[in-house]
Amino acid sequence: MLELAVKGNKWYWGWLVVLLGVIGAGFGLYLMQLKLGLGITGMSRDVSWGFYIANFTYLVGVAAGGVMVVLPYYLHDYKAYGKITILGEFLAIAAIVMCLLFILVDLGQPMRAFNVLIYPTPNSVLFYDAIVLNGYLFLNLVIGWNVLEAERNGVHYQGWLKPLIYISIPWAVSIHTVTAYLYCGLPGRHFWLTAILAPRFLASAFAAGPALLILLCLFIRRFTNFDPGKEQIQALAKTVAYAICLNVFFFLCEVFVAFYSNIPGHTTHLKYLFAGLHGHGALVPWMWAAMIMGFTAIVMLLVPRWRARHGLLGIACVLVFGCTWIDKGLGMMAGGFIPNPLHEVTEYAPTGIEIMITIGIYALGAFLLTVFYKTAVGVKLEVETE
Amino acid sequence: MKDKNKIFAGLAIFIVVVTLPFWFNLGKAAPAPELELTAKAKAAKTCVMPTEFMTANHMQLLDVWRHNVVRGGERMFVNDDGKLYDMSLSNTCLDCHSNKEKFCDRCHDYASVRPYCWDCHIDNPKGE
Amino acid sequence: MKNSRRRFLQIAGVSALGLGAKPVLDAFASESAHGPGYHLAKGEDAMDARQWAMVIDTRKLQTAEDLEPIIEACNKIHNVPTGIKNKNHEIKWIWEAHYHNAFTDKAGQFTSEEVEHRPFLLLCNHCENPPCVRACPTKATFKNDNGIVMMDFHRCIGCRFCMAACPFGARSFNFRDPRPFIEEENKAFPTRMKGVVEKCNFCAERLAVGKMPACVEASNGAIAFGDLYDEHSEVRELLKENYTIRRKQTLGTEPSVYYIV
Repeated sequence: MLELAVKGNKWYWGWLVVLLGVIGAGFGLYLMQLKLGLGITGMSRDVSWGFYIANFTYLVGVAAGGVMVVLPYYLHDYKAYGKITILGEFLAIAAIVMCLLFILVDLGQPMRAFNVLIYPTPNSVLFYDAIVLNGYLFLNLVIGWNVLEAERNGVHYQGWLKPLIYISIPWAVSIHTVTAYLYCGLPGRHFWLTAILAPRFLASAFAAGPALLILLCLFIRRFTNFDPGKEQIQALAKTVAYAICLNVFFFLCEVFVAFYSNIPGHTTHLKYLFAGLHGHGALVPWMWAAMIMGFTAIVMLLVPRWRARHGLLGIACVLVFGCTWIDKGLGMMAGGFIPNPLHEVTEYAPTGIEIMITIGIYALGAFLLTVFYKTAVGVKLEVETE
Repeated sequence: MKDKNKIFAGLAIFIVVVTLPFWFNLGKAAPAPELELTAKAKAAKTCVMPTEFMTANHMQLLDVWRHNVVRGGERMFVNDDGKLYDMSLSNTCLDCHSNKEKFCDRCHDYASVRPYCWDCHIDNPKGE
Repeated sequence: MKNSRRRFLQIAGVSALGLGAKPVLDAFASESAHGPGYHLAKGEDAMDARQWAMVIDTRKLQTAEDLEPIIEACNKIHNVPTGIKNKNHEIKWIWEAHYHNAFTDKAGQFTSEEVEHRPFLLLCNHCENPPCVRACPTKATFKNDNGIVMMDFHRCIGCRFCMAACPFGARSFNFRDPRPFIEEENKAFPTRMKGVVEKCNFCAERLAVGKMPACVEASNGAIAFGDLYDEHSEVRELLKENYTIRRKQTLGTEPSVYYIV
């Protein structure tokens, strides 16, 4: 089926070549990081996780968001989604590959990564994270590929795929729950030590994943002959609308708990993020921007007339993506580590090299996504024209 | 076959590249490494275990040592002759073999092995 | 036979898997260290305890100068790279802090003047219920039989999950190669490499040969060290006679470092 991905016009190939260039640059800088150590990033003794893990956390959400298409179609027979489940699954694959790469580039001794498997440690959440992430990647690869191939050949997909598909639904929820459990079980980090972290992660995931999927569908609609379908895009948009409302609601719950109880351990982190602490406030503009983006997106998505217009919908999805990325990426990391356990403030900002390596990994994800989507769209068009 | 020439050309290049290690170094065999022992090592006559054992198994022995010192809390090594040694790369092994470049490195360079032990374990504890 | 080529490939794949399994399992089986011609033992001078603990009498350490020799002793014998100028990358095994930073749950507006101006020694608390050990995915940090929370630098993958888990900020990461920044090398103890996490180890290597931790020796009696579960140990005597506090007690990690204030 991959032969469909090598037939393309100059824009397609140009895009792939550009991506390869960016990947190469990112890789070269990573080699530099391997040589010199993680000191070339902006991380510090106090903020020991930064941009890499922030993006990892965010992308696990995007990957889990794929379940918002799979669940209605396979579990509740919402036939319309049959057109685009493969797009959701391929997006999940690209996202998980990026997640695994972000973890790898964040490790101080990546050549020892296999120690996690050689010395299994059931009391460590990271151990389970490794298992569920790789498991989800495997599930999506097997399911996506086989279902697409069956569709191309005009037959029903093999029977043994059904149990795998059913497993993939709770599994998607589990990948993001386990990732949340990395954070919400640590006794020293009061910003993360909340039961609502896992639900918040999931709400944010179910907003971000489908939002990105809508943007990709709009792109495919515009630039290829395949139409994912107005009904499908609208259904996704409704999912995003509800999910982003839930996400903001959960966040406001956190704000209430912190500021009504007024316990310093809870309030200082939010104060740092939204107002600055001891004169340090690098993230304040970002967090308020995220709030404004979130609320604007909610308004745009809740009004059916605006939601139905693809131009406005696209903008709303970009706002959702931006809001959740800032909230879950930058906000989560910095808020958790600042102030440190001794109530000192050490600010964090990613260095240029760190950002470039991150872009390199995103480029690799985009490369995979391009190739996968070219294949999927190729198959859909083949089947449609028969 | 239409592409007969291209296929044979490709096959020829492949065979040349794949057998490169064999014909590129013909007649240029590197000599077997010669190890120099320090005076202290020569005086001790034998290492913590017999020499043949050490030559073949010193990596595994060091693995056993590091596992038991760090994780097991046991630091005494008693060999068959009843001699006691402190299980320490820096303080026991490198005490006698303090000439890393003329001893350890000789075989490691020959076999193109780069153990990362030296990243942490100071390779010249006596400063000789 | 239907799909004979596909069937052949399936059988070939499973066979390859099966044939490959035995050597892999063998390789893992030979992990156990039963040696031909040797056996291992603890040193005769090795000191043992159920839970090593420390009582720091802060009344005897009134100024920063009092703390200097203690911190220096640890840094010197463990090759702690004190020459790192960038505060973000600093490595601290034992260091000094103000009361408000050391005891964030106790600090308030009106503290006694003495305590307000007294520096406090902070180090890894070697908790009885350590969250960092729970977090480590490879058991590179683990609690040994004597209650010391140890670091296995050979196994650490540098994921820094333990650093996120520690409620006391006791852990440091080697953001770069530490060797150029070691001011005075102690050849008897290894350095670390870049990419691994490190922290105080209660001088496990000294306890193994019957010596007290370096900071205890350098403290001139201000720091007591002993077995928390030995009723007659010095630490238990001190705990019986003095009111002590620990850092962040409400978190339940049960730190083993007590402070007489």
